Amino acid sequence: MSEASFNIRYSDEQAMLADTAVSFLRSKSTFEHVRRYIGDAAGYDPDLWKEMADLGWLGIALPEEHAGAGLGAAELVSVCEPMGQYLMASPFLATTLAGQALLRAGSEEQKQAWLPRIASGEAIATLALSEPDGSWEPEGFAAKAETRGEGYRLSGTKTLVLDGQNADLVLIAVTLDGVPALLAAETERLAGRLRSEILVDETRRSARLDLDGLELPASARLEDHATDALRYVYSLAWLLLAAEQAGGANGVFDLTLDYVKTRKQFGKVIGGYQAIKHPMVDIMMEIENTRSLLYYAATVFDGPGGESGIAARMAKAYATDAFRHAADRSIQFHGAMGFTYECHAQLFFRRAQWARHSFGDAAHHRRHLADLML
Amino acid sequence: MADERTAPEQEESPELRELRRQVAAWLKENIPADPGFKLPQTFMEVENEQQMDFLRGWQRKVYEAGYLGMAWPEEYGGYGRPQSHQDVVTEEMARAQAPFMVNVIGLFWAGPTILKLGSEEQRKRYVKNILSAEEIWCQGFSEPENGSDLGNAQTRARREGDEYVVNGHKIWTTQAEYASHMILLARTNPDAPNKYAGLTFFLAPMDVPGVEVNRIRKMTGEYGFNEVLFRDARIPASVRVGEEGEGWGVAMAVLMFERGASEGQAGGNTMTVLTTRHVLDTARKAYRDGRPALEDPYVRDRMVQFMIEERAIPLNRRRAHVQKLLTPGRELAPMLMGKLMGSEYMRRLSDFAVNLQGGNGALYMGDPDAIDNGVWQRAQMNSYSATIGGGTSEIQHNIIGERLLGLPKG
Repeated sequence: MSEASFNIRYSDEQAMLADTAVSFLRSKSTFEHVRRYIGDAAGYDPDLWKEMADLGWLGIALPEEHAGAGLGAAELVSVCEPMGQYLMASPFLATTLAGQALLRAGSEEQKQAWLPRIASGEAIATLALSEPDGSWEPEGFAAKAETRGEGYRLSGTKTLVLDGQNADLVLIAVTLDGVPALLAAETERLAGRLRSEILVDETRRSARLDLDGLELPASARLEDHATDALRYVYSLAWLLLAAEQAGGANGVFDLTLDYVKTRKQFGKVIGGYQAIKHPMVDIMMEIENTRSLLYYAATVFDGPGGESGIAARMAKAYATDAFRHAADRSIQFHGAMGFTYECHAQLFFRRAQWARHSFGDAAHHRRHLADLML
Repeated sequence: MADERTAPEQEESPELRELRRQVAAWLKENIPADPGFKLPQTFMEVENEQQMDFLRGWQRKVYEAGYLGMAWPEEYGGYGRPQSHQDVVTEEMARAQAPFMVNVIGLFWAGPTILKLGSEEQRKRYVKNILSAEEIWCQGFSEPENGSDLGNAQTRARREGDEYVVNGHKIWTTQAEYASHMILLARTNPDAPNKYAGLTFFLAPMDVPGVEVNRIRKMTGEYGFNEVLFRDARIPASVRVGEEGEGWGVAMAVLMFERGASEGQAGGNTMTVLTTRHVLDTARKAYRDGRPALEDPYVRDRMVQFMIEERAIPLNRRRAHVQKLLTPGRELAPMLMGKLMGSEYMRRLSDFAVNLQGGNGALYMGDPDAIDNGVWQRAQMNSYSATIGGGTSEIQHNIIGERLLGLPKG
């Protein structure tokens, strides 16, 4: 493609959302705050969640008729990048992705019932997608639903259900009559079936969901287009995770930069040594590249197909490696301090690991990109 | 390339779209046929008169058609149009794989520096002939003992009446054998309070007695750069830029243009652009271990990595113009990192393009079985000219680390 075709658009709305998010998160999502919720079962601050809802973040990409702001993926990116930078812990990603699935595949009744509650922050929602085989693409779900009387009977296992233990609503991806389907389950129906997982990123929460024998009414099924809706939310996840990774890379880079500017050894500030300075510049360049790829992907995003899908996969692939590299060097450049639990570098390192393994690592996306582009 | 089909719509004014159409049509009509002799890949490999005459003729044609120096002021030979017009033309030249503009040091480094810091007389004297390639320029910065440590340059220029007498040794001087002029950094005051304060900048004529140019052979086996010896060479004082002792500041301005960190260059393509599309063409002809190279998972993964980075380069330039998307505290990053990232990218890409060729990767330019006449073997070796010239990658790391990140000097 010629260079002339690449464009990056950035609207006033995006800039305002980003400015608000940065100042809000800088003061609220401090390291101290983030660490306080590591030991908490829910893993997030309900008061902060309420404030995020009041800022309108939970309805950014929901239509006005469902109490949202009627904006799009690019505006979600504007708040996700700062969330990564300040290690925000909340069910934002889970709820946003589930809301979009509901919007795209839900019946009018389901949308009316849930979307306004999601937009107001009253309801937390999530998607049950992953399975023990670790597939990162929305096809061939081993979890099954069979028609049983007026409803469905499910079997199989879901893993890494984001904020499953916090959710009021879980949209479960299964194979039904040979094709992917989404079934909505209020969490009262899932009692005893959710087990909190131990995640590498201690600021996140996820759950394993045992489906064997679960019965759901006919009304649980989201209307048609589950396949399209699933593909869309996967591609949106690539984009939003890339945004979080870009922010995370920036956050851990700033932490490292502060340290190497103050720490002295052999009578000199260690950031003056080229063994530190040069890789710091390499990481900075990777972050710049990440942000360019990210905001281009945000500019062209309209789902998984064509240029949008290519740009989103590229952003996720590149951001994954960049965040990992920034976190990896942060541990090393902090020296023995970097190896401690107390040092904040580990928070970013763990976040980088989690993000790499969520919705496809870099090699996975490059394999798909090769099939699309070579 | 597959993504041609899925290119997003261009958001371009009708005026620019029309210009794009016009220049594409003009290029189609006017790009010269293959001359039947080997052409250089970059301006650093011009090694004989035949190549120089061919490229000089092409640049003149482009200039006279109004497609070079489009955004430079009319009174000095430019066309006084918006920069966006030149950018569109430059993109089309690259897309059409047109031969490159040979007078790179004039168009990209010396010219914008003269426009920015030269006297009115100097602008009138030099700029038009840079555009028309009537006068070729070279750069006298590096010396055998002072490469990365440019501020320590020891070539002397001693004032005598209306002249300076130059003595010293410049090296790695691209196109010196064809150049009529050199941007010269020389020491006018060896006793200045610091090494930088003793330097002065000149637009030195090359056709004066006491200037000797000797070719230096490059690792590729080709020629293209030289050493230049000054032995009591007399140049007029009127070719000095700024005052005595201000040379370091002028040289820094040149380097900012050279590294693409400042804008204001004449435009035009500067090399035969090799992209991942060309690597793909090579890969389609190549076999590894008995199978098409493009079936090799290693080749596929690496290829996509390069495609992603290849997009990041122009996207960084786009983002450089979106104020709100610049990383706080590092606003200059997308511009300052361009040279380091671009040159290192090309070094790695050309190595990969050789690497994917299986056993044939061991063949070199000149062997009839070498894939694409060994274009990548040649490009791979030549890629070091950009990672070393204009400030090595190591120096670029220092500059970015110190200026942008605020890290202390080592």
